[in-house]
Parts: sequence; structure tokens; C-alpha cells
Amino acid sequence: MIVTLLLISSVTFLLMQKLPGSPYGNEEKLTNVQKAVMNHQYGLDKPVVVQYLYYMVGVAKGNLGVSLQFGNQPVSKIIATRIGPSVQLGIQALIIGTVVGILFGIISARFQNTWLDTSTSLFAILGGSVPNFVFAVLLQLFFAIDLKWLPIGLWDNGFASSILPSLALAITPMADSARFIRTEMIDVLHSDYIELARSTGVDEWTVAFRYGLRNAVIPLITILGPMVASLLTGSLVVEQIFAVPGIGEQFTKSILSNDYFTIMGLTILYSTLLVIVILIVDILYVLIDPRIRLIGGTRDE
Amino acid sequence: MSKTNVQQVPDKYFTLSQQSEAEENIQDTQPVSLSFYRDSWRRIKKNKGAVVSLIILLIILVIAVGSIWFSPHNPDTQQVQYSFLPPKIPGLHINGFNGYAKQAGVWVDVYKEKDVPSSVYFYLGTDQFGRDLLSRLLYGTRISLLIAFSAAFLDLTIGVPYGLISGWLGGKADTIMQRALEIISGVPTLVVVVLMLLIFPPGIPSIIMALALIGWITMARVVRGQTLQIKNQEFILAARVLGQRPVKTVLGHILPNLSSVIIIQTMFTIPEAIFFEAFLSFIGVGMRAPNASLGTLINDGYQTFQFYPHLMWYPALIISLIMIAFNIFADGLRDAFDPKMKG
Amino acid sequence: MSETILSLDDVHVSFDSLNGKVHAVRGVSFDLHYGETLALVGESGSGKSVTCRSIIRLLSKNASIDDGSILYEGKNILAKSQREMRSIRGKEISIIFQDPMTSLNPTMRVSKQIALPMIHHLHLSKHEAMKRAIELLKRVGIPNSEVRYKDYPHQFSGGQRQRIVIAIALACNPKLLIADEPTTALDVTIQAQIIELMKDIQKKNGTSIIFITHDLGVVAKVADRVAVMYAGKIVEIGTAEEIFYLPQHPYTWGLLQSVPTADEADEELYAIPGAPPDLIHPSKGDAFYSRNPYALEADRYYEPPYFQLSPTHFAATWLLDERAPKVEPPPSIQRRYATFYKKHGGKP
Repeated sequence: MIVTLLLISSVTFLLMQKLPGSPYGNEEKLTNVQKAVMNHQYGLDKPVVVQYLYYMVGVAKGNLGVSLQFGNQPVSKIIATRIGPSVQLGIQALIIGTVVGILFGIISARFQNTWLDTSTSLFAILGGSVPNFVFAVLLQLFFAIDLKWLPIGLWDNGFASSILPSLALAITPMADSARFIRTEMIDVLHSDYIELARSTGVDEWTVAFRYGLRNAVIPLITILGPMVASLLTGSLVVEQIFAVPGIGEQFTKSILSNDYFTIMGLTILYSTLLVIVILIVDILYVLIDPRIRLIGGTRDE
Repeated sequence: MSKTNVQQVPDKYFTLSQQSEAEENIQDTQPVSLSFYRDSWRRIKKNKGAVVSLIILLIILVIAVGSIWFSPHNPDTQQVQYSFLPPKIPGLHINGFNGYAKQAGVWVDVYKEKDVPSSVYFYLGTDQFGRDLLSRLLYGTRISLLIAFSAAFLDLTIGVPYGLISGWLGGKADTIMQRALEIISGVPTLVVVVLMLLIFPPGIPSIIMALALIGWITMARVVRGQTLQIKNQEFILAARVLGQRPVKTVLGHILPNLSSVIIIQTMFTIPEAIFFEAFLSFIGVGMRAPNASLGTLINDGYQTFQFYPHLMWYPALIISLIMIAFNIFADGLRDAFDPKMKG
Repeated sequence: MSETILSLDDVHVSFDSLNGKVHAVRGVSFDLHYGETLALVGESGSGKSVTCRSIIRLLSKNASIDDGSILYEGKNILAKSQREMRSIRGKEISIIFQDPMTSLNPTMRVSKQIALPMIHHLHLSKHEAMKRAIELLKRVGIPNSEVRYKDYPHQFSGGQRQRIVIAIALACNPKLLIADEPTTALDVTIQAQIIELMKDIQKKNGTSIIFITHDLGVVAKVADRVAVMYAGKIVEIGTAEEIFYLPQHPYTWGLLQSVPTADEADEELYAIPGAPPDLIHPSKGDAFYSRNPYALEADRYYEPPYFQLSPTHFAATWLLDERAPKVEPPPSIQRRYATFYKKHGGKP
């Protein structure tokens, strides 16, 4: 895990060295002298190796350098002020997405090959296919502009501001988990132990929820990693569309302005986040599933 | 069984039977076994959603490619005086499709206002530079598909050999190759793609490379998993015992058995690539002007979408349609090839 | 033994498949008495499992019971609603499945799996049901049940798991137990233990048992009566002694010949030629015709009726018709006849 992170940050650093264009490129008024001064100030005139070492030591200490664009703020401070909305959106979206997705998946599987299955499956395919930025704009148009129920954007209205972006973000995990749970649940409902449960006379809903649900939901943990990764991607556009002052919006801005240190810092942040999620998934798997014990328990891919 | 009346049975039948015909009967009555692909094809034809999707995809593909020669206008010609024209379709007199647009609550003939000759039609209207939206849409679709197909093809050329080698060799080589995959997949795809795009010169090849860079990993994983399974089956063992060269065994026995899995995976990769390209263009790091893709068109439309929503809806509709059709078709393929296989 | 708990009459079951309608059960009739064990024997695909699942109406969605009647304690099961069926399943009739490794819910404590049917059918409190579950675990021979009731299925061995499956089946004291190849997936030594357990339960509770198996060795140990199934029909039915020592149907001969026995160790083991019949287009005559070395022309064109040999023994083969030529059964079968006559007298 540490190795992964080390590798990622090193590679990111090296790639940054290769970036075409200067971070000040869009400030055309700067003279060469001024640029040299600034390069010196940020340590950009030192040999790459030295820069690398400085940077890595800094990262280890939690110092991600200074933003070259946004008023010389330390990157870690930018992250600190902006992470709140992103985390809130992410968690809300993940909860809405998985809960609704699981429900849809169960309904689909329980009524397999009926119109209920067809319509929930179609809904899941729509959710998984329509790009989330299109969906976000639709939500914004309908609920904010036409109906005026919720704020159009900006993070200035508390919880109400978070509803639409959360929904827009939730659509992908919802579609993913609905499709995943459907296949899992169909498998489970055809298993021997469900057959046995049916043979003891319990009704279908008890079978689905008390006997089946747990077995179908546990494997969902395995796609939690990819789901979080896609949430990160989604947050870029959704935060931009709803003008949420979060990490995603910052990342977009930094990319468009070649803000080295911020891009690197956020890259490391994203990677760390994903690595941690993957780790949590592994731990959860061991904790939740009694079939798998810590010692000698193997998980096949 | 009481249906047979014992008395009905003629006496002559009470002799031992030779059964020669009966043996043939056994042969006849064996269930007809269809070849794998014919069987799959039969199943997919039963899946209405998949068939409709395939037809939609083919139509879109044909139109997108055909528009190289049949584009109504030049997608790049800017006629600023004709900017933001509403759709106008000959013969249609419904407001919104006849060159009229609502201005301050009144329907106004915008074409007349802007002195457009009455013989000129922009079926889906024009954008802020007066470019024909339909032509740009056709062009953008073509580019998006080109990028997606090329990226999927690159996925194949990297992912399949990687997975095959890793799965076939097994042991230490497999472990190392899998560790490498694990590390790469620890990086959010988003970050990889964005960094790639920052480094390479902007343009279609860079986008294709960046998309392939993330796509091949899944392909390699799937192929490796299947290879591991097939490797231990008897017919492979037989080929090895008989002294067949490994390369020949892999190409001759394993690869053909993987084809369905590879096709399905590719079918899922293409819409993903389309989405990612659109996503990148939407946040502004993908296609650069004057090139157009579905993503840039949506982005352009979004800029003016409060006033001219149709500029965003048409490209959004097309991309959604392509993605939905691809996903339904891929689902259908998966069910047809192997009802048990999961994504 | 005289009163009938279950009575099947001319039951037909079919499945829709991609290749056509599969006629899995084609007119099965038998009676089962209180406290009796009936073994259903036959090769895979002969329709024995399907027959039994029809009794509790737990067939897959593409299956339909087309014809016939199933009377449980005089009431027609096929006329009941799913809701009424649920009050019978697990309470009146229980089923034990073949593979103990997959028939327990992996993510639920075993005690809960035993307790849930009791809470459902007998409306016991959670606490009471748990107490009974522990007793049941002890009853089926799980050591340390006071401690182990908290365990999950993967913590038990295969034999123990099958004991737990039996405990689930017994939870509500059913009158009829259907055991669908309960020993097939187990080691031979464990098999014997499980059979002993089931016999013990039957003795104490007076449960009727339908025992499905393809293992004639097991049949000999448990069954009062035996029904031999082939291609969705019962070809021969009788007491265990009649089937083992006076078999009449060539298929039963084939089955008996393919079981190794101690006294004919030097003889070559017999394999029935050919493949199982096609159930999509069943033949109009005897389905076993094409694999039957003793087949008559009549078997080809006419479905044989049941010929009664004793009050309990019936067989469906034209060989028993008075016009049929006298055939010599295979030597090992003739030896079985001899054993029977030596014991009971009668024909030399």
C-alpha cells in the first residue's frame, strides 16, 4: 500500500516535470526576470533530483507544497478548506446510490422476467448509460430552474444545496449496484439453501430479505473500490455544474491552469483515498463474511 | 399406463425384437446440439432489447460514416451572422422546428430576422458561430466513435496478450504481473487520464492513448482469469502431454475459447471510452477547438444552455442513445454467450 | 401401516426448455403409508426428484404439473394456493437435500436456520425456538450443541452439516420427510451414520419417509418398499424383498446387475447399454425399449400396463403378458429368485 502510494507520487512528480507550458504561462505580463525570481522562490530552478527529494520529504510531513495560482496558499490548506463539501457529497451519494440500487436489484431479481424486472433493469441501464453530467444538467434544469424547488448551485444553502449534486452523483453507484445486486440475488435465489428455506414454508419476501439479502449484498463490497473511483470522476463535473467549492472543482481549475503542486497534491489525495478504500474493503470482507476468516482465508478475484 | 388395453395388442408382437431400427432411433432423438456461436446467436435474437440496440447502433454508425460525403453543411464553416438560429426543417410547421423561436414570450421567425435566404435550412439550428449543429453532430459522433473504437482496439492489443501471458505462465511471473496491475489500478483512472492529457500534445491520438491506458487493465484481468480456468482443463492438458508447443497451444486452444469473453469485454469498453472522452471534453481537457466530439458539443451547448437548450440536448441525446444501445447490446451478448457469467 | 398419508395418481410434470417441452414425469402413481419408508430408485433424470418436488409444489418456474392428483391426508395438494402450501411445507412435509455443503445458508448461524421455521409455523418466541434448536442439534448428534449453536455452517464437517439439515427438516415435527439423495454427497462411513439417524427418527416419531436415491445399497438398508423409476415412470414397485429377489422388469434387472455384491465378485460388473431416453419426444411404447436386451415387439409400439404379481408387487413390462415368450433372466437374477424361493417356498 505504501509502495503503491510512493510509486504514484514519484510518477506524478516525474510527469509534472514533463508538463509542457509554464504555470505562469497565462500571466503574460511576467518578464523573464520575474519568472526566474518566481522559479527560485518555488524551488523550480534546482535540479530535478533535489526538487524530488524536497517534495517527497514534504509529502511525508503532510506538506504538499504551495499553489502557484491561488494566492500562494499551501496546497494542504486548499484541500482542507475544500474537502468538506466533497466528502459530504460523496458520502450522501454513496448511501443514496447503494440503498436505492440494492432495493432495485432485489425487486428485479425477486420478480425476474416480469415487467417490474424489465422496468427497474431499464432504469438501471439508463442510469449507467446517460453520462452523469447530462443527468446533472437535467436535474438542475428541472428542479432548480423550472420548478425552483432547490438552489441552482453554489454551496450557500446548507443541506438544500447538497441535494441535487448528491442525486446527480448517486446515479452511477445506483445503476452499478442495482445491476450487481440483481445478478447476485438471482444467483442466491437459485441456490440450494434458498430452496431449503422455501421448503420450510417461509414466504418469498422473508426468503429474499432474511435468507438472501445478506448473501447478495456482501459481494457488493468488492465493487466499492471502483464505485468510489467513479464517484471521484463524477465529482469533477458535478461540482463544476453546481458550482460546489469542493476538491473536484479545484482539480478541474488546477488542470486548466497548470498548477503543478495542486495537481500533484490532489493526485496523491485521490490515490490515497482509493488505496484506503481498497484496504477498508478487504477488512470489511473479513469482518462481515463468516465464511472468510483472517487466518488462511483467501479471496478469489 | 392403464390406457393401453392389453387385449388390443396383437399376438404377433410378442416376439423378441431385433431393435436395429431402434438403435437408429436413439441417434435421431438425441437433442440437436448446435454449435456454440449459432446457439448464442439464436439466444440473442430472442432478446428484443439487444436486437433493437444493435439496429440502432448500426444505423448511427452508417449515418456517422456516411456523413463524410453527405453532410448538409460544412461542420467548420463559421457564419457569425447566422448564429443561434433555431431548428428549421422543410415542411414542418411546428413552432420550434420551423425557424421560429420564442423571444420575450412571442414566437418570432429568427431566420427572417437574420436575413437567412429562404432556401437555407439548418435542421437542428446553429451554434454561437453560426455553424450547422446537425453537421457538427454528425462529425462529432464520428470522432467519438473513432476514438472509442480505436481505444477499444488498443485495449485488445495490450490487454489480451498481457492476460494470456500472465495466466499461462502462472507462478512467479503471474504474481509479479498481477502486482503491477494492482498498483496501476490503485491510481484513480481519472488521474491517469488527466495527467496523460496534460503531457501529450492535445489531439485525438493522445486521447485514444490515454483511454487505452486505463482500459487494458480490465481486459487483462478478465483474460487472465479465464486463461487460468481453461489452462487446467483436460483438452489443454492433453495438448501439452502430446508435446504441442506452448505458443501453439495458447493461440490454437486457449485464445479461441476466450473469444466470447473478449468480445463481451470489448463491448463494455467502447461505451466506457465514449463516456470518458465526453467527460474529458466536458471539463475542458479533451478535444480542442475546432475539432468536435460529442463531449465538446455538450460542453458548448452547456455554455449557452439557459437560452438555447437544444444546443445541448441533441448531442446529449445522441451520446445517451449510443451508450444505452451499447450497454443493452453488451448485456444481451453476455447473457447469450454465458448466462452464468457476471460482469 | 395400512392408512395412507400420501397418494399420487397419474401425475404428469413437464418443463419448458429451449429445445421443447420436456416430459419429466409421465404418469406416476403410488401410495405411501404412515410410518413407512418408500425408496424411489432410478438413474439421474428419471424424474424421481421432480416427482418429490411436485409433492411440496417447489418446482422451478418453467415447470408445470399438467395432470393427475396428489392427495396428502386425503386433501388435494394441487388445488391448494401458494399460501396454503407454505403452511404445509416444513410443518407437515419436510425435505432434505442432497448436498449438505450448499444447502445451508453460509451467512446465518445454524441455530437461527433451525429456529426460523419454528417461529414461523409454531409461533414460538425467539428464546423458546432457540432452546428447541439446541435440543434438536443434540438430537441429531451434534456434540457440544450448547456451545456450537452459535456457529456458522462452514465450521462444521460435511456429515455434521447434513445432520443440521435434518434438524431443520425435523424442526416442526413433520409427518412426511422427503429425503432427496441425502447420503450421495457423503463418505461411506458417514452415510451409514446418517441412515441410522433417519431410521432412529422414524422409529421415534413415526415419520413417513420417501427416500430418493440411485444407490441400491442404501435402499436395502432403509426401504420398506421400493419404486423403480425410468424415464418419468415407475416401471416396477414392490416390497424391498420383492424388488431385490423377485425383480420382473428388465430395467430392474439391469440396475441390480450393475451393483457389485460380495457373492459375485468374480463376475463382470454390468452396465446398462445406451443413453437415457429423450424426454422431449417420448416413445409411444416402453421408454426402455431401445436399451432393453429382452425387448419385445410389443414394447416398441404399446405402452406396457402394470401386471400385478402380488398384492404389493407391480411391474410394467410386456414380458409378463401370458402371450409373451418365456425369457431367461440373467444368471445373477436367477440366483436371486432361488434365494427367495428357498426362503419362502414356492416355484422351484
